[in-house]
Amino acid sequence: MHYYNVKDLIEEAEKRSVTIGRIVKEMEAENLEVSVEQVEERMLAQWHTMKESAEIGLSEPKKSMGGLIGGEGKKLNDYRQNNKTLAGQRMNKAVSRALAVAEVNASMGKIVAAPTAGSCGIIPGVLLTVQEELNLDDRRIVDGLFTASGIGIIIAQKASISGAEGGCQAECGAAAAMAAGALVELAGGLPSQAGDACAMALKNVLGLICDPVAGLVEVPCAKRNALGASLALVSADMALAGIKSVIPVDEVIVAMGEVGCSLPDSLRETAKGGLATTPTGRELAERFLGRDK
Amino acid sequence: MREYSCFDILGPVMVGPSSSHTAGAVRLGRLARAIAGGMPKEAEIILHGSFSQTYRGHGTDLALIGGLLGFNTDDVRIRNSFAIAGETGLIFKFTPTHLGEGFHPNTVKFLLVTAEDEKLSITGASVGGGNVVITHINDNEIELKGDLPTLITTHHDIPGVISRVSGVLAEYKINIAFMRVFRKEKRKLAHMVVETDDKVNSVVINDILKLDPIVNVRSIEPV
Repeated sequence: MHYYNVKDLIEEAEKRSVTIGRIVKEMEAENLEVSVEQVEERMLAQWHTMKESAEIGLSEPKKSMGGLIGGEGKKLNDYRQNNKTLAGQRMNKAVSRALAVAEVNASMGKIVAAPTAGSCGIIPGVLLTVQEELNLDDRRIVDGLFTASGIGIIIAQKASISGAEGGCQAECGAAAAMAAGALVELAGGLPSQAGDACAMALKNVLGLICDPVAGLVEVPCAKRNALGASLALVSADMALAGIKSVIPVDEVIVAMGEVGCSLPDSLRETAKGGLATTPTGRELAERFLGRDK
Repeated sequence: MREYSCFDILGPVMVGPSSSHTAGAVRLGRLARAIAGGMPKEAEIILHGSFSQTYRGHGTDLALIGGLLGFNTDDVRIRNSFAIAGETGLIFKFTPTHLGEGFHPNTVKFLLVTAEDEKLSITGASVGGGNVVITHINDNEIELKGDLPTLITTHHDIPGVISRVSGVLAEYKINIAFMRVFRKEKRKLAHMVVETDDKVNSVVINDILKLDPIVNVRSIEPV
């Protein structure tokens, strides 16, 4: 993609009165030297896999490989169906699916890295929910996935999408920002509002560390997918209400990258800090690694 | 700067839980299988660094065996790869160890007995996001990333071999992307790793095999 700023994507989209997703989709077809229909087809296949992973996660929950998680997505989904809930149906639907997909990942099921395996629940969680709630067909969702991936490409270029490089803000934070941008476009918002949603989501996770207990993609990873899904929905709503990010989206992305670089190694996927070195985190790690010997 | 595709960002489709510890491990297994010329009979798998610490929780062990069985990174059979390896007669074991400084934290060394009863050691690392690099074959340093079609030759170390091999490739309009030559001793057997932009079919490989100094050629498809 030859866009280096979200701002450039927004300007191009507004100039042509199309979505960011459309610009990204055309760019992708051009880069891969195939037709727009072919890249749509390929993205549709990713979408089907995302859907399947959420369905499997909710209907057949499994214990994770490390045994630390499993079944939480289904638990929230059952609760949502039988109770009024505090955060409401949409929010809990999205979060339960985000949890479910993250659990499928942790139990060696098939997922789409979005943008990483550790953050794979956020985008399917919210997009499946708006698909149902707003009655959108797969074609629309595919466009939303292009919006999300365009934003993700820019985050990868300007900052990072790797927990080892940038902490969890670069994984679940990036996923939330990508999802928020896609949600705005799917709800009929303007490209500039998608940029604001993306900025607001990312701002709220600046400094979020990557501290996996026992080094596994389980605790707190799955629940940070819940955070990302809820954050994406709230940020999209704020943007659709006309709230602007005071700090422009591209500057927020650069700040995220810089914060990531200044995080100590112990807080970047090494399991040497944060929750990983709490008494319980250590005990679980010992039990887990002990079992290994 | 790297050019990203949308499918790098929303992708790969993979079996979890970790792109480096699971998807990368599958790819390393697939590359080892390809370098061995097919399913090995036996595999001792030496795990180094982070791989030696957390391999079970990430299914790295199941993923490496899945790769040796030829599975793709999105194959849900990976979860059952030990049982499937048992059915196919692959004998394997894992040895967590410390290979020494200078090795990437996610390094694996395969000690294989090939289908032709040849002993072969292959070392590689999972360097992040599912990307891998094979660093050694039989302790010779190489660099093979497995994302391009690759040829590995075994040939007599005499003048002109490289130009004759590249000549054959040129004849078939195959562009060489990266190339590296290595050997243990002067004028004995040497190897060439040739990564190409285009697919290399069996006709081309047969032409290379016809060259006098060439002992063997392995063609490795992208994994």
